[in-house]
Amino acid sequence: MADMIPVPERMKMSQRPMPEQDPKKRTRNFDEVPLGYKKGDAIYEAQRCLQCDPPPCVGGCPAEIHIPQFIRKIVEEDFASAYLEILKTNNLPAMCGRVCPQEEQCQRVCVYNKMGKPITIGRLERFVSDWARKQDTKEKLPEIKKKRKLVAVVGSGPAGLTCAADLAKMGYDVTIFEALHKPGGVLTYGIPEFRLPKRIVESEVDKIKELGVKVVTDFVVGLTKGVDELGEEFDAIFLANGAGAPQFMHIPGENLNDVYSANEFLTRSNLMKAYKFPEFDTPIKVGKKVVVIGAGNVAMDAARTALRLGAKEVRVVYRRTKEEAPARVEEIAHAEEEGIVFDFLTLPVRILGDEKGNVTGMECIKMQLGEPDESGRRKPLPIEGSNFIMQVDMVVNAIGTTANPIVARSATSVQTNKRGYFMVDEKTRATSREGIFAGGDITRGSATVISAIGDGKKAARAIDSYLSSGGSLRKKTPT
Amino acid sequence: MPKIITKREIAPNIISLKVTAPLIAKRVKPGQFIILMTDERGERIPLTIADYDRENGWIRIVFQVVGKTTAQLSQMNEGDELFSLVGPLGNPSKISNYGTVVTVGGGTGIACVYPITRALKEAGNRVIAIIGAKTKDLIIMEEEMRKASSELLITTDDGSYVRKGFVTEVLDEVLRREEDVKKVWVIGPAPMMKAACEVTKPYQVEMIVSLNAIMVDGTGMCGSCRVTVGGETKFVCVDGPEFNGHLVDWPEFMNRLARYGRQEKLSFEPHEKSYGEKNG
Ligand SMILES: Cc1cc2nc3c(=O)[nH]c(=O)nc-3n(C[C@H](O)[C@H](O)[C@H](O)COP(=O)(O)OP(=O)(O)OC[C@H]3O[C@@H](n4cnc5c(N)ncnc54)[C@H](O)[C@@H]3O)c2cc1C
Ligand SMILES: Cc1cc2nc3c(=O)[nH]c(=O)nc-3n(C[C@H](O)[C@H](O)[C@H](O)COP(=O)(O)OP(=O)(O)OC[C@H]3O[C@@H](n4cnc5c(N)ncnc54)[C@H](O)[C@@H]3O)c2cc1C
Ligand code: SF4
Ligand code: SF4
Ligand code: FES
Repeated sequence: MADMIPVPERMKMSQRPMPEQDPKKRTRNFDEVPLGYKKGDAIYEAQRCLQCDPPPCVGGCPAEIHIPQFIRKIVEEDFASAYLEILKTNNLPAMCGRVCPQEEQCQRVCVYNKMGKPITIGRLERFVSDWARKQDTKEKLPEIKKKRKLVAVVGSGPAGLTCAADLAKMGYDVTIFEALHKPGGVLTYGIPEFRLPKRIVESEVDKIKELGVKVVTDFVVGLTKGVDELGEEFDAIFLANGAGAPQFMHIPGENLNDVYSANEFLTRSNLMKAYKFPEFDTPIKVGKKVVVIGAGNVAMDAARTALRLGAKEVRVVYRRTKEEAPARVEEIAHAEEEGIVFDFLTLPVRILGDEKGNVTGMECIKMQLGEPDESGRRKPLPIEGSNFIMQVDMVVNAIGTTANPIVARSATSVQTNKRGYFMVDEKTRATSREGIFAGGDITRGSATVISAIGDGKKAARAIDSYLSSGGSLRKKTPT
Repeated sequence: MPKIITKREIAPNIISLKVTAPLIAKRVKPGQFIILMTDERGERIPLTIADYDRENGWIRIVFQVVGKTTAQLSQMNEGDELFSLVGPLGNPSKISNYGTVVTVGGGTGIACVYPITRALKEAGNRVIAIIGAKTKDLIIMEEEMRKASSELLITTDDGSYVRKGFVTEVLDEVLRREEDVKKVWVIGPAPMMKAACEVTKPYQVEMIVSLNAIMVDGTGMCGSCRVTVGGETKFVCVDGPEFNGHLVDWPEFMNRLARYGRQEKLSFEPHEKSYGEKNG
């Protein structure tokens, strides 16, 4: 066991940085960029934790992780116990440790944050779960009586996986229905290998299957079977189908050959492994000069993927400034280190092409910030006459996604708002139809992995109380 | 797992497979398609459901070997299992009793137009079906099409069977001779569908085409399959696959079909070699 350092000394210790792959090397491979803490790094960082009581950090974590407790186990060098402590509330720690916006969640409320050096809770979480995966640490679950109630979960992203795992631990018989041939949602098809290796997603999904959760892939709810039909076979349903439909800007030239939606570009590369073409059959194209529209996590992933696929120059255009960019600070920094060029206050107005459909350039207009709008952000306004043409031969559109109506159309009496998202009770995730619950991006628009996990947990609890009090969808006909 | 129960080469390089898929068979309607993968490293490719048996739980697909994935699929045998099969995808054809209608199938498009033709006739329409291919050997499903239609017209590009000429010429003759054709369905290679749209335009008849855009997920998630119809962007997999042919931006659509030409060759060439060796 490592020493417990006296508090005043602890407070003088600095934050342990994350070892990373050299930017020059990493743009030529798809290996993970942050390399992960070594044992010594983790223990050092854990020793800094003040073990606050009550711990403010926990309030910042939608997965309700017992943060000081697991950190203490790291100091004690009992990594297995640290892992089991995390698993009590979070079924997907290896993923959260990597992609959670920690700086806006747990770490933002850590007492050290005021001093600018919060405990790197996410990195510690990643260390512990990676250690456990290598050791094959297994959770010993108390014997529970199986409940003869069937729950269907639509979608296998973080919301669906979490809800399924929590319900399985309570003894329910859970089946996940997934449209694609592989489970994981955005974690599998969207987030690239160099941020979240797919073997890690697979291993966390496998652990959930070991809890007894059945995963049926190649099943499009709404087409293979509708929600109403599932309601005749299951006692409760959790809808977690994500907000996967790509949006376009509706500017001329958007359907030229080398204009991709980020979803297509990333799905080809991640889900279909086109970055290994022709070893894998799905093709992907990358231009010499690529421009990505948007500045969220999705845009950063698309830009960095293009670079790794061999683009000579990759630019990101965004109509607001860096301050408003929705991507994680860390991801923008990574992109900049890798040589991606940012054009802020720039709005595309037209994509130019030749008669064969090849992209030859993109016309943009410069913007300036005006008065704050309803969202409190200063509204970008075009500067008249500032149009210019950017020399590019490929465009990736990463301006966002919206609800896909396939699931909702097959669900009688489940209300959606005007943007197509399911309307739910914040606390219970209950929809307007008894026995049907919903969570994740399909209830709020594209958000974060951790908010989806939070929804999954709340829904699991609400479904348990619904079913334990005798509720069942099978007895009800939709009205 | 979806298993191949029967396999027949119904014409040179055109193969018909019956595959177990009870859930898909139960729900499918004419005009819908599936997406399959032969193996884990494979591509997701869309194929139309050419026939189905709800009771016995199978669907039939008919495809032409044109590249790596279709070649790989053609080498699978009865008893083999597909890695992945999902469906039924896309919107069903709008079947109703319209009166007199014409259905046109070119090449493997014949297989795609077959279930629509059959359903239209069952709904009470007088269905004039036109099928065509390059040469006699490539005319497929003639008997099925004859049964499914009220009148069947056949043509070959080289005149080796029934008559010489393109389906578009036969379509023009039918429209000239018939007073009151309510709707025309045309399914086949893009240039043929485009030409058919030009033929039907002067007759002001409703013209439906089924677009074979390049797809990935087939559920509206990627936008690979997008096409401009009447000035608006549509996704073939969820808004189609059937559209009013007179409103489709054909040059754009055809450009997009050729998007991966270079990569497809790269992927097929090594495979073509081994395929050639195996098939003598
Ligand atoms: C490229 C990219 C990068 C991102 N980076 C981050 C990040 O760094 N940090 C972060 O916190 N968040 C990030 N996000 C956002 C985050 O991934 C999502 O908010 C989160 O995955 C939402 O989870 P979910 O469970 O609601 O849905 P999803 O992960 O979208 O999963 C939904 C699942 O449902 C399936 N489905 C859809 N329709 C049907 C149907 N009809 N029948 C059956 N199944 C269906 C889908 O195929 C999918 O597998 C990123 C998103 C993207 C696209
Ligand atoms: C809704 C729909 C229904 C179809 N039905 C049939 C059918 O019943 N019978 C049949 O023979 N063919 C059908 N096709 C076309 C079939 O999908 C392609 O022939 C097949 O994908 C070719 O794959 P490949 O790897 O063998 O050839 P490749 O060498 O990869 O491609 C050859 C050509 O096929 C097209 N193509 C390639 N990849 C895709 C893809 N992922 N999705 C769509 N098209 C692609 C391209 O135009 C390409 O130039 C249909 C297509 C669609 C969209
Ligand atoms: S899951 Fe996210 S919010 Fe919770 S402790 Fe881990 S990194 Fe922090
Ligand atoms: S707030 Fe920070 S220091 Fe306090 S227990 Fe949480 S992680 Fe440790
Ligand atoms: S194939 Fe992906 S949206 Fe149509």
